[in-house]
Amino acid sequence: MTETPLLEIKNLHKNFGKFQALKGVSLTVPNGRLTALIGPNGAGKTTFYNVVSGRYKPSSGHVYFCGEDVSGTATHKLVGMGLLRSFQITNIFPDLTVLENVLTPVIIHNGKSFSMLRSLKRRSDFKEQAEKILDMVGLAPFSNKVASTLAYGDKRLIEIAIVLARKPKLILLDEPTAGMNPEETDRIINLIKELAAKSGATFFITEHDMKVVFSIAERIFVLNQGTPLAEGTPDEIRSNQAVREAYLGGSLDAKGV
Amino acid sequence: MVGLFSKNFFVGFLVLILMALAPFFVTTHWVIILTEIIIMSLFAMSFNLLFGYTGLLSFGQAGFFGVGAYVSALTLTHLSSSFWVCLPVGIVGAMLFALVIGWFCVRLDEIYFAILTLGFGMMLFTLAHNWLSVTGGSDGLTIASMPVLSIFGHKIELFNPKFFYWVSLTVVSLGIIFLRQIVKSPFGLLLTATRENSQRVSFVGQNVRTVRLVAFTIAGSLAGMAGVLFALFNRIASPEMLHWSFSGKAVLMTILGGSSVFLGPAVGTAVFFVLEHFITSYTTNWMIFLGAILVILVLAFPQGVLGTLATFFSKLNGGRNSD
Ligand SMILES: Nc1ncnc2c1ncn2[C@@H]1O[C@H](COP(=O)(O)OP(=O)(O)O)[C@@H](O)[C@H]1O
Ligand SMILES: [Mg+2]
Repeated sequence: MTETPLLEIKNLHKNFGKFQALKGVSLTVPNGRLTALIGPNGAGKTTFYNVVSGRYKPSSGHVYFCGEDVSGTATHKLVGMGLLRSFQITNIFPDLTVLENVLTPVIIHNGKSFSMLRSLKRRSDFKEQAEKILDMVGLAPFSNKVASTLAYGDKRLIEIAIVLARKPKLILLDEPTAGMNPEETDRIINLIKELAAKSGATFFITEHDMKVVFSIAERIFVLNQGTPLAEGTPDEIRSNQAVREAYLGGSLDAKGV
Repeated sequence: MVGLFSKNFFVGFLVLILMALAPFFVTTHWVIILTEIIIMSLFAMSFNLLFGYTGLLSFGQAGFFGVGAYVSALTLTHLSSSFWVCLPVGIVGAMLFALVIGWFCVRLDEIYFAILTLGFGMMLFTLAHNWLSVTGGSDGLTIASMPVLSIFGHKIELFNPKFFYWVSLTVVSLGIIFLRQIVKSPFGLLLTATRENSQRVSFVGQNVRTVRLVAFTIAGSLAGMAGVLFALFNRIASPEMLHWSFSGKAVLMTILGGSSVFLGPAVGTAVFFVLEHFITSYTTNWMIFLGAILVILVLAFPQGVLGTLATFFSKLNGGRNSD
């Protein structure tokens, strides 16, 4: 028996009116790896995540998660199955404290969304779980700060903590380093490497920074104008002529890769 | 944290004791005004579970308030003369209406949700106004005799304004304690999270509609609870109690007191009724003056009277407001 891949996409299309954002994407993300999806701006990476994570329904094609056809399944159900994501534009609970940001998914994960008769303050077990996750991403010192008051890079870490709280099987990160300064970028990349190695979750990230991608991804998919262009190890992608051309006439070198 | 909790608890307890003692110090006239304030506070607070906590602006909250009023009036005429029957039946009636209407309304949010609640509120009003054989039409349903309330064999005279005040205070306090428990529970955090970012809530695996529907049903039930008391207070269930402008009162009183503080709507209710009472005793053009004063209050207290005061004092203390 062959192992069922974690995520399998078959001939996925997404149209916005007449515009075809995804034109037949097929790919397979194996278990337990750090895979990257790259492509120039407007290639359809975010759209791809939006369809896979249930935000949009596919126009045609199929998404299989753990072998199950989940095309068009509601987001909250996909999350329940272990598919979590972050957004290109930070998506957290700005007016809640950092701890509350993580407590929310912890409550849901424990199936206590509708628990009303016990005070949250008495649930030290929830607090412990949330604090453990904040510790993993290095946000423990900010636990009681209101999320919106944190630095940009730390807000992006909150989103990762929120995602981790659901103990996901697959994590889609949409440009986790977007808008970060070099220091923050290093920090989050090291974190992702560490989590990919330790947390048991599979990471599938999009990234515009080639240096980052080539340094952490084990496998890379390249998307161009809604169509898959190439697939392979970082070395294979680096030397792929079609990929070089897609990136403005071989600017991979210009980007110092 | 624990210290603040016990402080809040202590203040709440003190306020409750003072309220319970009030009838010994004020005239019957004021006992009646206080009764109305208490009942309407629960109504406004039920609205604020949706508005302030869940981020849903409902213009149909009076619908459930009215269902509570009518169902209890109908219960008293057709079913039972006991308070212990008419109160729960009224609440359950409002709960069922809220569950069914909410099922439709939570499909949308923001202004679309508000319009849906307004639409359903109008339908309930028309039902009460036009279904003559059951609701008495525009005359409403008169409550000919007050329900019988006996506690441990003691019969409590609900005709007596003081006794009715104490009964209302007890019922409303229980409603408020229940609300407090909810907003402090895990479900309460989910409500706030939904208000903050409902998309994120579904992206951590919770069906947002279900959260909203449960909140809607609880809010409707508590509005119904206030409605039962209000019908008994007025000895009538009448269509105005379901009118959209009555829902608007909940909005107004909540904004006036502050939607971000737990007791804000209750303070707003008190300010509103006390103002109304004083102004109507001086002039017949009271709406102009009341309107002007409300405008000034809203400008002076942008987060509501209690909300602004709470922010002010927490700044003085240099700490974060615990509510
Ligand atoms: N909701 C939408 N409606 C219409 N067009 C969209 C929508 N989302 C994305 N697009 C279009 O699809 C293309 C791919 O966008 P996107 O997936 O955001 O690219 P990437 O994330 O790779 O930069 C762009 O041309 C974009 O304008
Ligand atoms: Mg994108």
